Amino acid sequence: MTTRIPARFALCASQNRPALVAYTMAGDPDLATAQAILEALPGAGADIIELGMPFSDPMADGPGVQAAGQRALAAGQTMKKTLAMVEAFRKQDDETPIVLMGYYNPIYIFGVDAFLSAAKAAGVDGLIVVDLPPEEDAELCIPALRAGLNFIRLATPTTDDARLPAVLNNTSGFVYYVSMTGITGASIKNHAAVGEAVTRIKGHTDLPVVVGFGIKTADDAARMGRDSDGIAVGTAICNAVLGSLENGKATAGTVAAVTTLVAGLSSGVKRAKAAA
Amino acid sequence: MTATGANSLRNGPDEQGRFGLYGGRFVAETLMPLILDLEKAYRAAQADPEFQAQIKHLATHYVGRPSPLYFAERLTEQLGGAKVYFKREELNHTGSHKINNTLGQILLAKRMGKTRIIAETGAGQHGVATATVCAKFDLPCVVFMGATDVERQYPNVLRMKMLGAEVRPVTAGAGTLKDAMNEALRDWVTNVETTYYLIGTAAGPHPYPEMVRNFQSVIGEEIKAQMQAETGKLPDAVVACVGGGSNAIGTFHAFLDDPSVKLYGAEAGGHGIEVENGHAASMTGGRPGVLHGNRTYLLQNADGQILEGHSISAGLDYPGVGPEHSYLHDTKRVTYAPITDKEALDAFQLCTRLEGIIPALESAHGLAHLMKVAPTMSTDETIVLCLSGRGDKDVESVGRYLGMNS
Repeated sequence: MTTRIPARFALCASQNRPALVAYTMAGDPDLATAQAILEALPGAGADIIELGMPFSDPMADGPGVQAAGQRALAAGQTMKKTLAMVEAFRKQDDETPIVLMGYYNPIYIFGVDAFLSAAKAAGVDGLIVVDLPPEEDAELCIPALRAGLNFIRLATPTTDDARLPAVLNNTSGFVYYVSMTGITGASIKNHAAVGEAVTRIKGHTDLPVVVGFGIKTADDAARMGRDSDGIAVGTAICNAVLGSLENGKATAGTVAAVTTLVAGLSSGVKRAKAAA
Repeated sequence: MTATGANSLRNGPDEQGRFGLYGGRFVAETLMPLILDLEKAYRAAQADPEFQAQIKHLATHYVGRPSPLYFAERLTEQLGGAKVYFKREELNHTGSHKINNTLGQILLAKRMGKTRIIAETGAGQHGVATATVCAKFDLPCVVFMGATDVERQYPNVLRMKMLGAEVRPVTAGAGTLKDAMNEALRDWVTNVETTYYLIGTAAGPHPYPEMVRNFQSVIGEEIKAQMQAETGKLPDAVVACVGGGSNAIGTFHAFLDDPSVKLYGAEAGGHGIEVENGHAASMTGGRPGVLHGNRTYLLQNADGQILEGHSISAGLDYPGVGPEHSYLHDTKRVTYAPITDKEALDAFQLCTRLEGIIPALESAHGLAHLMKVAPTMSTDETIVLCLSGRGDKDVESVGRYLGMNS
């Protein structure tokens, strides 16, 4: 198993703060700009990077991430190019963990074994595949663990205590707690319930728990980071890219729009535990 | 689950919801507990004589079952081969086979204590059938429908609204059935506590493909009994159109273990199977992949991105197909073939003029395939078409194609 993920959580814990997990869509708005965004994320304060694999039919995503995936596909993004982005990133950063996030079909069509060995060789640390629940572990989860890649599972408000062990079994790297029943980019309605859920999950596992869905600002990051080991931000980053475009194309301000947002979120996670 | 022999084709799915390679439960974790609950509730309902009696009663008095089996005499003469019969599902209440499934599922939703119903629809037939049972059982109903389909099936949009449903047009993608299904899944994942997703076709995560098939299997069972009464034997061939494939699986299932009965599924060939992204024939022109909760044949590009597909018929305009059809395609028990827009339009007109029956454009695809097969059969053989829906909803768009509107 790759060691970048546990090393990074240990580093954040030693600094008494949650990790900032930043999601960016591979190939959005074009390959070169996406590469520049990816490479600028660690400097802006991202501790862990989720790199989105665009898919034509992202059933669990709201309009922000959907549009980012559409832009990437329109610009010609493919799985091969996404893996090449990681490979290029690794030439200058061998410490920041990268988790590929997306849906199963593009992986299935690439070929599970071919995908796993290419991802491992490129320097990927883990996978989050939204439409593969534990019931389908034989498809990708078990082969991924065998290949030395972490398989990070989503736990949700509907995952009760009876089901939680099944969800945590075969999960590695960290647990991604989805803060609400809903799609990415919606708003968290009950912050207290999220904290309780994180505490409940931590009663079942020693893995770090990251909270995602609905975190948009530095204040959200500070608030949600109080009880968790990390917070994940995706839609806000996709929307920052969108806001920087002119006629659908990247501008001189595109990378800065993302790094400014991420730097703000980073300040949020740094005061999360102090605010407790 | 059917009590049949080990080599029966009627045993699927297995406990994981698989028909061979196909099917499964490829959904987000948020939905997984609900899908497991649904399966439990469905098994309990299946075993409950009262639930079965309720369905039977409503099928008789509300839907009008059994639907007639009709000998299409002039069409038989015209084709000069096998005797042609229509299974008249278009005479059901709401005008298609879709009501068979929505009645079963609404009773299940009630048993589960759900208070809100959502559905996707392409041609609007399933949307109308869902809005109908929601009116009858007093449940709020939201129907997701692609914006393109809202336009080309407008009469059904009005029917849904009059029945009290909210119709939400979906503008993502090409604005057709696939996009409507994505949006329905997004709504479901958001409102999972209260909401029952009433899927209209024999696709989606397990147990939907099995459940929808079982609610639709009445079609084939009635054909079997009616043909026995009419001719004293089984039909020699049975034809149905296949989009997601609910009328087809409901028609075929009773005959899967009768090898003498040839089974044909007509896919949407659109502008022609050789036209890239110009058809919706997922089995003839696609390959296995994972979408909308199941593994099945899909129209997709080399990188696993799903294509939109095209068909003149909104009900067949879907890049996937129910997983059991994928299995029956691989095992070659059913022969699936593409029918072009033009062939379907020709069949639509022929049926209307010869038999005085305006078929849905979906069913016209099945008829077009029957018109190819029947002439190759002998006059003492029989062939049955599942006439799955009536064409009232299509008269405007067909009129436009034929230049009648000017």
